[in-house]
Amino acid sequence: MILEFRLNGEEVEILVSPDEILLDVLRDRFNFTGTKKGCGKGECGACTVIINGNAVNSCMLPAMKAMGKDVQTIEGIGTPENLHPLQQTFIEEGAIQCGFCTPGMIMSSKALLDNNQSPTREEIKEAISGNICRCTGYVKIEQAVLSAANRMKAQKSVGEGE
Amino acid sequence: MDDVLKCFKEYPGEARIIAGGTDLVLDMESGKVQCSCLVDITGIDELQKIEMTDQNVIIGAAVTHSEVNRSELIKATAAVLSQACGTVGSLQIRNIATVVGNVVNGQPAADAAVALMALGAEAEIACLSGTRNVPLEEFYAGLGKTNVDCSNEIVTSVKFPALKENQGSSFVRFAQREALALPMLNVAVSLSLNGDKTIEWVRIAMAPVGPKPMRARSAEQMLTGSEISGELFEKAAEEALKEACPRDSALRGTAEYRKDVLPVLVRRALEAAVASIKCF
Repeated sequence: MILEFRLNGEEVEILVSPDEILLDVLRDRFNFTGTKKGCGKGECGACTVIINGNAVNSCMLPAMKAMGKDVQTIEGIGTPENLHPLQQTFIEEGAIQCGFCTPGMIMSSKALLDNNQSPTREEIKEAISGNICRCTGYVKIEQAVLSAANRMKAQKSVGEGE
Repeated sequence: MDDVLKCFKEYPGEARIIAGGTDLVLDMESGKVQCSCLVDITGIDELQKIEMTDQNVIIGAAVTHSEVNRSELIKATAAVLSQACGTVGSLQIRNIATVVGNVVNGQPAADAAVALMALGAEAEIACLSGTRNVPLEEFYAGLGKTNVDCSNEIVTSVKFPALKENQGSSFVRFAQREALALPMLNVAVSLSLNGDKTIEWVRIAMAPVGPKPMRARSAEQMLTGSEISGELFEKAAEEALKEACPRDSALRGTAEYRKDVLPVLVRRALEAAVASIKCF
């Protein structure tokens, strides 16, 4: 079947079998390997992508469910030259160790910040509660999301000031 | 909807409905479920609604836990369900998994299903020959099993009476973590007060204390018509315990431990349900 959807802002088309999983299509067919396969059953969040504004686990989602939808992966967020504020603050706050959970953490955090410019610590905790990190212990990750939110607000108010 | 039902005819015994798929996809990968045709119903408009008609709240089969959790209508008319829907799995799962799916999967501790049982909900089941309504209590056929024939029927919605101003509800959950943890126990209560103090009726649903979510009938009877008091709630909680039969779980507590905790949760759920009325 032909699957058409928007991937990181670009309209794409690909032939998939109906039982293919979105995560595998992203990784193996589009070579977007930033999205990680951890547990494969929705328990670790490493595979988190944003579909139509919502963070979801791509490891349990038949690829056909992306039909006509807007899918964002870590590859669509910032570039090495121009990092997204979340990517910048994750580095600055030391919110990364092995890095395996990081793309998922960033996607969950971005879904939060896209809808909520001033999240509380509790709201951040809820947003990343489906993402498991075995290295850092979450405190620095929360701090990084909070810093990114502040930075994005500041950038926005500068932008509006001009 | 007609097209969905036609798929059952076109692929006899081989078609399965997929909504969120968060259980089904894993069951297919493990080989527990085999089918040659998946019918995705999440794009069907009439199944995406949360609406109120004639004092009843109706939730369509494509509505996710996140949508119910955030719905102002549900917060106002069935707080217990909003609370329960906020506890299932993780945010990523709640964004995909449907409330009707939580019921159809037939697991005894399914949070949304337990809340729906406390709300006196019924499921609307459609097949090619028509539709029928089944109260949730008659919906289950044993552990992980329901009375829905998944290769011929679809649960199109769940429906329950909206709670009114003199009625309240509450959901209490006990688990090892706040996210991504199945409940060791969960209790859902809805109740109606006559005046300030007398309980007009009450529904207590608890799980996992048997092969399906169950009502604490004799505790409910004890409470009905009585005046609320701490002592009464203690007694009712002990009564509920007598009806419960939790299993030993290697991961989620021994039967003995669950029996110690259950009455506390029942009492807290009753208290919180009463407190929720006073908020009006």
